[in-house]
Amino acid sequence: MADSGVTDGPGKKGDIERVKAEGKELTKEEKQRLRKEKKQQKKNKEKKDDKASQKSEKEKKPVSSAAPASQPLTQNTAQKAPSAVPAPAPVPVPASEAPAPADKPAKSKAELKAERRARQEAERASKQNKKGDVGQQATAGKPKAPPSELQPVVKRLPEHIQVDNPDVLKKLAKKLERQQIPLRSDYGYKVSLFSHLHQYSRKAPLTQQLSIPSSVIHPAIVRLGLQYSQGIVAGSNARSVALLHAFKQVIRDYTTPPNEELSRDLVNKLKPYISFLNQCRPLSASMGNAIKYIKKEISNISSQCKEEEAKSHLLDCIERYINEKIILAAEAIARSSIEKISDGDVILVYGCSSLVNHILCEAFKKGRKFRVIVVDSRPRLEGREALRRLVQKGISCTYVLISAVSYILPEVSKVFLGAHALLANGYVMSRVGTSQIALVAKAFNVPVLVCCETYKFCERVQTDSFVSNELDDPDDLIVTRKGKTQLEHWQEVPSLGLLNLVYDVTPPDFVDLVITELGMIPCTSVPVVLRVKNVDQ
Amino acid sequence: MELQAVLMAAGGGSRMTDLTYSTPKPMLPVGNKPLMWYPLNLLERVGFEEVIVITTKEVQKMMSTDQKMKLEVKMKLDVECIQEDGDMGTADALRHIQHKIKTDILVVSCDLITDVALHEVVDLFRAHNATLAMLMSKAHEFTETVPGQKGKKKTAEQRDFVGVDQSGKRLLFMANEADLEDGLSIRKSIMRKHPRMHIKTGLVDAHLYCLKKAVVDFLTENKSISSIRGELVPYLVRKQFSKTTNSHKIKDNTDDQNQKMNDGSTNHELLISSCNEPLLQLAQKRSCWNDHRGDMSEAYHGGKLRCYVHIMDQGLCYRVNTLAAYIEANRLAPKLFEDPAVHPSAVISERCQMGSDSIIGAQCQVADKTSIKRSTIGNSTTVKEKVKVTNSIIMHGVTIEEGCNIQGSVICSNAVIGRGADLKYCLVGNGQRIEPEAERTNEVIVGTDQLMEI
Repeated sequence: MADSGVTDGPGKKGDIERVKAEGKELTKEEKQRLRKEKKQQKKNKEKKDDKASQKSEKEKKPVSSAAPASQPLTQNTAQKAPSAVPAPAPVPVPASEAPAPADKPAKSKAELKAERRARQEAERASKQNKKGDVGQQATAGKPKAPPSELQPVVKRLPEHIQVDNPDVLKKLAKKLERQQIPLRSDYGYKVSLFSHLHQYSRKAPLTQQLSIPSSVIHPAIVRLGLQYSQGIVAGSNARSVALLHAFKQVIRDYTTPPNEELSRDLVNKLKPYISFLNQCRPLSASMGNAIKYIKKEISNISSQCKEEEAKSHLLDCIERYINEKIILAAEAIARSSIEKISDGDVILVYGCSSLVNHILCEAFKKGRKFRVIVVDSRPRLEGREALRRLVQKGISCTYVLISAVSYILPEVSKVFLGAHALLANGYVMSRVGTSQIALVAKAFNVPVLVCCETYKFCERVQTDSFVSNELDDPDDLIVTRKGKTQLEHWQEVPSLGLLNLVYDVTPPDFVDLVITELGMIPCTSVPVVLRVKNVDQ
Repeated sequence: MELQAVLMAAGGGSRMTDLTYSTPKPMLPVGNKPLMWYPLNLLERVGFEEVIVITTKEVQKMMSTDQKMKLEVKMKLDVECIQEDGDMGTADALRHIQHKIKTDILVVSCDLITDVALHEVVDLFRAHNATLAMLMSKAHEFTETVPGQKGKKKTAEQRDFVGVDQSGKRLLFMANEADLEDGLSIRKSIMRKHPRMHIKTGLVDAHLYCLKKAVVDFLTENKSISSIRGELVPYLVRKQFSKTTNSHKIKDNTDDQNQKMNDGSTNHELLISSCNEPLLQLAQKRSCWNDHRGDMSEAYHGGKLRCYVHIMDQGLCYRVNTLAAYIEANRLAPKLFEDPAVHPSAVISERCQMGSDSIIGAQCQVADKTSIKRSTIGNSTTVKEKVKVTNSIIMHGVTIEEGCNIQGSVICSNAVIGRGADLKYCLVGNGQRIEPEAERTNEVIVGTDQLMEI
């Protein structure tokens, strides 16, 4: 019996791992099989000597130390009670494994709990081996799929990074159909490393498939979606502000239907709008946080509140959010960063970050003498806009392309970078090219300062730029010089793929300081800030 | 609601009086459908559910009796009648229905036949928060011979000069040749902001405009503007670069109040400039996007009034306001739809030779040994034996006796063509009788009462 269990184990285990990786629910037999396997595994582990178990402990430790902060926060599945335990659990679990089998006949409940924990550990280990990435289980800013109470161990991957999975696409199509939002189709050949991401063409806007006096989606949201997809509103702060402005208009035009509660109905009304905006352009981390905030505020409205009161309260909340998190935060950050800018400094900036531009303009107004080097990169060439804003204020600037960064760094005394989001493991997600700049600056021993408001802090964890990113229109890379467009027919060349990445992640080793409105913190303190924020709320 | 559609169907058809003296222009049959059905179909296909139709009482009566309109137009038509006297321009008509307009409007002319993807025009309007977005198309030469035209086609009518920017979307300059006395002069302020301008002349204005609601309010205050195309659009295009609208960005918000009282005319500009809420301004300031580069100004040069144009280079776009256009439209309009060429209720005898590009209307009777090529035959028409109809347009209720030969002609409703008549490139007016064995070439045959009107 035991032998057959062992021999059957590996084969079935492979099966189940595959099924789990696809994010499906396990059937009853598969669940039973899983339990049997875990029992067998525990027995096998007992047979091995303590060194082996200690080894496994050790290899779980560094892995779990990176994740302990994220684990309690990212376990948004139904396992609220056991999730509080896994943080300290990784270490005691292997230890408890030893006594547990000894007490097997006696405590069945405790044993089941320990089994469950062991199952989770085994799965975590196997998942790490597979993907080599710790934070894969974490979801993006908003919970994508409903947590399954029966399967607390099955982690769901967010849909937007599973584009090469036809089942996920089918689910997405069904969801959009239910919400009456057209599905935007992918465009062009995707480079294989990034085939799990969406790639849209700017020439095929989503409005093509919508009726013109849009009735399903509020016109302010249609306008916003268009502006996102055409790049008219770009930049983390601008997108969030525009989103909140559109939500204000939605709330103003909203009337509660009879027999419905505002707190529940308004949230349901916002869901298709958010899907629509997601289709136009994937949501940014700051937008995700803003949406979370609004949804929380809406659900907190008591049912006794009259509609007018509730609406004005919500509009006030939005105003306050923007004021506190964006405008005042920018002021606070400018004030702290002035201390870091001294006379005679040569500051390097990359691309167009509204916050960094604001800081530099404020510092210049306060009388600091410095000059700026603006580094730019194709195809967006956002540096030109940053250059214009700085020169307009009177700051003397130099403009280079990113290929010249190692030639110009010997002159630079500080590097100021903006961020799109700050991840929970201290990594900085920003415009593609930022990590290059940070890397070269590190090689030249130039301090790198990242400026970021706290509302952009994200609970996601990522260590590479492949897993979750955004693919922009590949036709943006096509350029016409002297009347010739070499890449015009790139789609006809079978071995050619154009890749237009938007974001990349910079490891915390390259970042010396993060300036937020809460103060100047090291990169690794981001999870602390997140925890404090969660406690506050 | 985002957009309200307004259909202007009160035009008199002043450039094709031969056709319109008995049938009002909106109800002229094109491919056996009334002319105004085409823009209504366009609006319906795109998703509009309600249209405000501005028309005359006569047309309204005809609309209610017309079969096609009743069956195929599913939208709710809100008909506003105005006087037939012809003094009312399109802008005056908008002023007339001002109380019904609650949001931004999409104004369409009844004589527009097009298959444009309407979202291209409306997207420009939405994305850039524009005050005006319009549709234009490259003009096509009309190749068909027009009946009644003696000699070569007269030289090009008054040309329109349209200036667009580098991207081809922003409308910088619009003037008609008639308004330019000694030459085309472009203001320095425009050149400073848009150093590269493309000026085009071969464009047809489709008379499809997206206008902000503030423009309608502006029209009610400013009663001197009477035509959208002739006066309002050039005014808006000019106002984009006028000093007063741009200087507002320098002044504080508090000063605006004084400005209003001092200068009455700027009151109007304040109305049509895009309302800039502080959040929108903040978003624009924080956004790293600019519509131009090379100078120190922000996106749109800080201007709040923007006009955009979508220029179609492929696809159908016709304005049926001349006889040549009418004939061309009849030729091409059926391609827009999959309606069967021969109406099921038509009675066509077997020995009739009918080309595949001909259209036969309802309850027609076509006898033996007839040949119908590249023609349109209206409802309830009778075609007797041995008739040859080529390249012609035959409207409703016409009787064509035996042995006729009709080529390149337009026969209006209820006409009777006598036996053995031979008509080449003629236009036969409403209810006319052509005597048997008549031979007419290149003539316009209309009744004496019509002649009296001229």
